[in-house]
Formats: sequence, structure tokens, C-alpha cells
Amino acid sequence: MDWVTKFLDELWDFIVQSLSDNVPLIVGSVKAIVIAVAVMSVVPGLVWLERRLMGRFQVRLGPNRVGPFGFGQPMADTIKLLFKESIIQSSADKFLFHLAPAVVVFTAIVAFAVIPFGAPFEVFGQSIELWGANVNSGILFVFAISGMGIYGMVIAGLSSNNKYSLMGGLRSSAQMISYELSLGLSALSIIVLTGSLSLMDMVVAQESVPFILIQPLAFLLFFIAGVAETNRAPFDLPEAEQELVAGFHTEYTGMKFAMFFMGEYINMVTMSALVTLLFLGGWNTYGIPIWPILAFAAKVVFLLCVFIWLRSTFPRIRYDRLMTFGWKVLLPLCLLNLLITGTLKVL
Amino acid sequence: MPTDYAFNYTAVIVAAGFGFGGIGFTFILSRLLAPKRPSLMQTIAYECGIIPEGQGNTKYNIRYYLFALFFLIFAVEAVFMFPWVVVFLALPSSAFISMMIFLAILIFGLAYAWRKGVLQWR
Repeated sequence: MDWVTKFLDELWDFIVQSLSDNVPLIVGSVKAIVIAVAVMSVVPGLVWLERRLMGRFQVRLGPNRVGPFGFGQPMADTIKLLFKESIIQSSADKFLFHLAPAVVVFTAIVAFAVIPFGAPFEVFGQSIELWGANVNSGILFVFAISGMGIYGMVIAGLSSNNKYSLMGGLRSSAQMISYELSLGLSALSIIVLTGSLSLMDMVVAQESVPFILIQPLAFLLFFIAGVAETNRAPFDLPEAEQELVAGFHTEYTGMKFAMFFMGEYINMVTMSALVTLLFLGGWNTYGIPIWPILAFAAKVVFLLCVFIWLRSTFPRIRYDRLMTFGWKVLLPLCLLNLLITGTLKVL
Repeated sequence: MPTDYAFNYTAVIVAAGFGFGGIGFTFILSRLLAPKRPSLMQTIAYECGIIPEGQGNTKYNIRYYLFALFFLIFAVEAVFMFPWVVVFLALPSSAFISMMIFLAILIFGLAYAWRKGVLQWR
């Protein structure tokens, strides 16, 4: 039995050694998984929040039967959707039809992995950083990956072989590429102020005063473009019920249908986090004695409530006005704001 | 502690793998749990309950292409702007002036398209 204990000892040493050599790698992976799980489990809570708030806005109760305050309702809905038959019409492109919801969710999760939540802190002598990945081109990465989410909607529209889906897919692509320009250009004026693409540096630059006070126009433009990017009301033209049934996900059932919603809600959280990081000072508390990460979470939740508030306040705007607004109002204003900011910075 | 370029993307890759696995798991789970009762009506595209009229992939407005072209122009502009914005304070003033000329040309193009009525969605 001597060789067994010796072998076990050596194996243990080997495991300890290889683990301690790769601590940062392991910590990074664990954080990435925690973030991915967290962002996926935020979605039911957000659905609940939206339905409750919408109920209150419309002077009704909202879901209140399943669990305390109806909190179990999204879970019950998810389980129901899991047990729903998946219907694919015979003339649809099977592969692309399955690919589309996966693309939407996948890009949403990956884009969220680079969002930082707070300043690093020390635990057991190990510095724990509250972000998945500290990518030095953070904001560019988020734009690039979330821009790829458009493909999911276009593929869904084209592969369904349904007129409503096609129109919804085309509308969403045209809308999202139009507003993506404004989103990028209004973020550029913040990058002018910080001189860095890293989301960390942007928060550090706002230590004394948040950029919403310095760049109010950029904040407004960014937020409007962000609402349009996430296909939220009043810019939810791609899925306008009265004219397009459900837009690009008309033909989807069961879990694949739920995935589109999951992608939309994760994108909402990402967009709120981006607005918080760029304009509201991230986890800076400005003298209010709470934990930085709580400050960050509070700002994000507030912005999410604003998203829901917008939905219940504004009627959906007409498609021609949507495009006109994007190209004739938002884009020139973004360029103007950028020109002024750059010129002031140079002088 | 490795803080090199590749290490920064570890978490991104892990999150991507996790997302991939999660999506696959959901697909498999719903395939296992969901009932399968194929019928003729399920194979027909949804068109408010009536038999679909004509092709599913219908004709659509040419304007979508025009806006795609515009997007391409301004997206390329943004690609130039992003690196410029990070470094322009460190560069000589000629960098700023040449970017302004580039922007002016683009804004002139936008104004021209506006005047021609291309940006008007009809």
C-alpha cells in the first residue's frame, strides 16, 4: 500500500502546483461563469419587474399569484415554455431557423462579459476584480459584439419564410444600423474626454463629477440610441404587434421564442450598465456612504426602470418618423456634439 | 500574474463557451421535454389563420439598401474616428485639422443626401 499513498501524494502535489500556477486563469474563468449565470438569472427578475411595474403604471396589479408578489411567475412561464412543442414550418430553413435565437443570446452574454461592476478589492491576499475581462478596448468590444446581435434578428426574419418575419427582420436591421451610428458617435465624445477606450478608465475619470453633467446632450443621444438598439418601446417597430404580428419571431415557439426575449433583456441590462459606466459615474458614490457595487447596481436598476417607464409612457412611433429621427436629428446632433467637444478639448 | 493581451480575453472565451453550452443545453432540454405532435397546419406559415398568399420571401422596399449604404459610409467613418479620438491630443494639430476636413466632407455628403430627399422614408 506504500506506492498508493506515494502516488496520491504526488498527484495531490501536482494538482496543488498546477492550480497555484494558474490562479489568475482559474479566477478569471470562475468569474466569467459567475457573470454568465448571474446575467442569465437576472432575466426572470427583470421580466417580473417589468410586468409588475407595467401593471402599476396601467392601474392594475400585474402578476401576483405565483410565489410572493408574483415573483415565481417568470419561472413558471419558463417551465411552461420548456414544455411547449417546437414548431417549424416546412418551407423554413431549418439550420438558420435554429441558429438565429442562439446568435441573439450568445452575443448578449459575451458582450456582458467585459462590463466592470466595481473597483478591485482584496480577499485572502488575492486581489479580486469585479469584472470578467479587463479588455483595454472595452467599449469598442461591447459595440462590436452587440452589433453582431443584429445578425440573429435578420437570420430569424429571412429563415422563417414568412412575410411578417421578413418585414420585421428588415425593419430591425435598418433601425439598428441607423441608431448604432448615433450610439457610437455619442460615445466618442466621452472617449474624447477620457482619452481611453477602456471602461475602467472612464469610471476613474468620473471620480469627481459624472459625465452626465459635462455632456448632457451626449447622454440624451446615447440613451435614445440605446433604447432603439435594444428594440424597446417606443422604438419596438420590428415587433409591432398591430402590423407585424410579432415581427422577426412570429414563427418561433417554445424555448426558441423565449431565447429572443432573453437576449433582449440581457441587452437591456448591458445598455443600462454602459450608460451607468459612461455617464452616471459607474461605481463612484459621490460621498453617499454605500458600497460602490451597490451604487452601481442601484444606478443600473434605476435605468432599467426608466426603460420600463418609457415603454408605458410613449406610444410606438411610425416607421418613417423613426428613420427620419435617426438620420436627420440624432446623427447631425451627434456629429455636432463631437465637433464641439473635440474643438474645446484641443483649444 | 499574467496580464498580457491574451489573458484579458480568457473570461470572454470562457463566457462564450458557457453561453454556447447553455444554449445547447436549453435546446436539448426543450427537445427532450417538449411534445411532438406534427400536423399539417403546423407546416404552414402563420398568416393570421388564413392560407398564406404567395411567396414567404416577398419583395421589399429598395430603401433598405440605400440606408445600408449610408450606414456603411458612416460606419467606416466611425472606424477611423475611434482610434483617432484616443490619440488626437498627443498628435500635432494637423491630425485634428485633417480629421475635421474628413468630417466636413462626410457632413457635406449627409447634407447632399438630405437635400436630394434620400433620407426621407416614403
